Amino acid sequence: MSIGTQLINLFAAVLLLLAFAMLAQRRVVSLIDLFAGQGLVLALSTAVVAYTTSQPHLYQSVALTVILKVFLLPWILHRLARKLDVRWEFEGLVNTPTTMLIGIVLVVFAFNLALPISEIASTINRSTLGIAIASVMLSFLMMIVRRKAIPQVIGFLSMENGLFFAATSATYGMPMVVELGIALDVLVGMLILGVFFFQIREQFDSLDLKHLEQLRDEQLARRAPPGLEDLAKPDRELPPETTR
Amino acid sequence: MIEIIAILALPLIGAAVLAFVGERPYAATVNVIASLCTFVASAALTVHVIVGGPFVTLGRQFLVDPFNVFLVALTAFVAFTTSVFSRPYMRIEEEHGKLTVARIRLYHSMYQLFTFTMLLALLTNNVGVLWVAMEAATLTTVLLVSLYRTPASLEAAWKYFILCGVGIALALFGTILLYFAAEKLLGAGGGALLWTELNDVRGDLEPRVLSIAFVFLLVGYGTKVGLVPLHNWLPDAHAEGPTPVSAVLSGLLLNVALYAVVRCKVLVDGALPGAFAKNLMIGFGLVSVVVAAFLLLRQRDIKRLFAYSSIEHMGIITFAFGLGGPVANFAGLLHMTVHSLTKSAIFFAAGHAAQKTGTQLMEHIRGLVTISPVVGWGLVLGTLAILGMPPFGVFASEFLILTTAMRELAWSTPFLLIALGVAFAAVFSKVQPMVFGETTAVRLPVRPAMMPVFVHLALVLMLGLWIPPFLAEWYRSAARLIG
Repeated sequence: MSIGTQLINLFAAVLLLLAFAMLAQRRVVSLIDLFAGQGLVLALSTAVVAYTTSQPHLYQSVALTVILKVFLLPWILHRLARKLDVRWEFEGLVNTPTTMLIGIVLVVFAFNLALPISEIASTINRSTLGIAIASVMLSFLMMIVRRKAIPQVIGFLSMENGLFFAATSATYGMPMVVELGIALDVLVGMLILGVFFFQIREQFDSLDLKHLEQLRDEQLARRAPPGLEDLAKPDRELPPETTR
Repeated sequence: MIEIIAILALPLIGAAVLAFVGERPYAATVNVIASLCTFVASAALTVHVIVGGPFVTLGRQFLVDPFNVFLVALTAFVAFTTSVFSRPYMRIEEEHGKLTVARIRLYHSMYQLFTFTMLLALLTNNVGVLWVAMEAATLTTVLLVSLYRTPASLEAAWKYFILCGVGIALALFGTILLYFAAEKLLGAGGGALLWTELNDVRGDLEPRVLSIAFVFLLVGYGTKVGLVPLHNWLPDAHAEGPTPVSAVLSGLLLNVALYAVVRCKVLVDGALPGAFAKNLMIGFGLVSVVVAAFLLLRQRDIKRLFAYSSIEHMGIITFAFGLGGPVANFAGLLHMTVHSLTKSAIFFAAGHAAQKTGTQLMEHIRGLVTISPVVGWGLVLGTLAILGMPPFGVFASEFLILTTAMRELAWSTPFLLIALGVAFAAVFSKVQPMVFGETTAVRLPVRPAMMPVFVHLALVLMLGLWIPPFLAEWYRSAARLIG
């Protein structure tokens, strides 16, 4: 096994580790740093692939990843977190050990899903496809179990990271025009969400998404004043919010 | 070629101009003019295709074939009529104090940008760019759905963003897998994502990869189509956003998302020997029709009611494309057209009805016909059309789909018939008291534009009685293409 392949496998392992760390991390600021770290590992791994297989167009993806995912998006997220003052810790829907166990099951499933695809792939880093799908699934899980807006969005962005990794593992990256389009969509989406956070905050005085669960077929939120809806739905148990 | 550039450039220019002057009194007129120009360009493209046939242009990046040309014309047309409708509608919303000038500007600019993303998604030959355009469509409409900034609209927009964002991410994974399978045959680079190239080699694509890819693509784009059980965002987004946005969501976005699914289905059908894609689509379609029909029964909000009706109709179309064959595909394409026209007409009428009575709750909307016969009759006729009454076009397409289902998939017909019956009972019993009876409605400060409603319904009526030969020919050749 060449040093390049070993490095790629190492980076893939780190990526999986980071995905689990993000799943467990409860502090928003650390979560953003982990996200930036994920972007960095992604860029390094792509750079190694580009070097060992001499695929010059991959260097453009590396540059794009570094600018967007290591600097720009974490910077925007940090600014948002500071401005919105959401640095506290919080409890998700499911407690951390259970989340971890579900995560392990997902990884096993992801490796099984990746098996037939990586068998016919001809790239040197095809063995990492399982890890790519696993990190997509773990981000998915993170979006499901988190109740706050910013962690959900970080989950969304790290899912995009996983997909990018999957694209480099299976095919040495997508055509440039598509990659640029994806990057543009992610960036614009992030900016829109930034505006959106402030709107949610303005309306509800919090970024907790439990306020965003009022729309039902039978009962519509806007018919009742804000305080009453929570009383109207006693069957819904909300987890306690720990602000340490 | 020049037409394609015009179709894509005009909404972009419109969006840029409106981003600066979108709050001025004449902005709504600029919006209408930009949409009209786009429609004229698409009409020119239509004529071009009628005369010269389908073509691929601009370095093979853009494709015009019978399957997308009528959708381009339809999209540009509905975008134009909706802009006509939205001119007085948004004025009234502003006078009711629901919107500030800054949001009117955002609305106008995003409206044009949304039109652009829809047309780009339809015209591009690149499956990757198709994905990018669909994602951009989500982003623009998120801002439109949350336009009122009420708690409910913010919730609807957030749900829409997260659900469709996740959905579209799955579709991206499907696209990656598609590229992965294609790259082996076509070599790396942009060519391997061009739909025409993929279609040429579709028989040789790796079947196992394509089947996994199609599951991701169907679930991903299916979220945007509003297929059950991925439909949760749809009623909220339709009910909480401004009515013109509900009209374009139902009339255009759902169609374009389904278009993306069908484009992928064509490739998968070529690669897989069995009926894998077909069965998946039949399953999703049937579940959507039945579940949506029963959910219609318990709706109280007028826009939610018709949003669920959209889910039902998208289910019918998905089912038709799943059945396949010349007749069912023809009917599916026809249904796409008439549903888009009818549903946007209904939303126009429902929007003005809600404005007149100051509520979207159906039990408080009464006697529309006495205060405003035009709105009342528009709503009744639109409802009859969407419920599949002859002689409207929806009847023709549903009849074709049902008879094909009877012949080829007999067990599914009872489900379809029950669903259609339940939907009829649910919708008609709710619309009838809204239109007739005593009234509480008030006169509006600005005369509503009801012309688009009747133009749409007249077109639907025409398509029920007589389909222009060139359109029938497109439907037929597109049906052959879909297989």
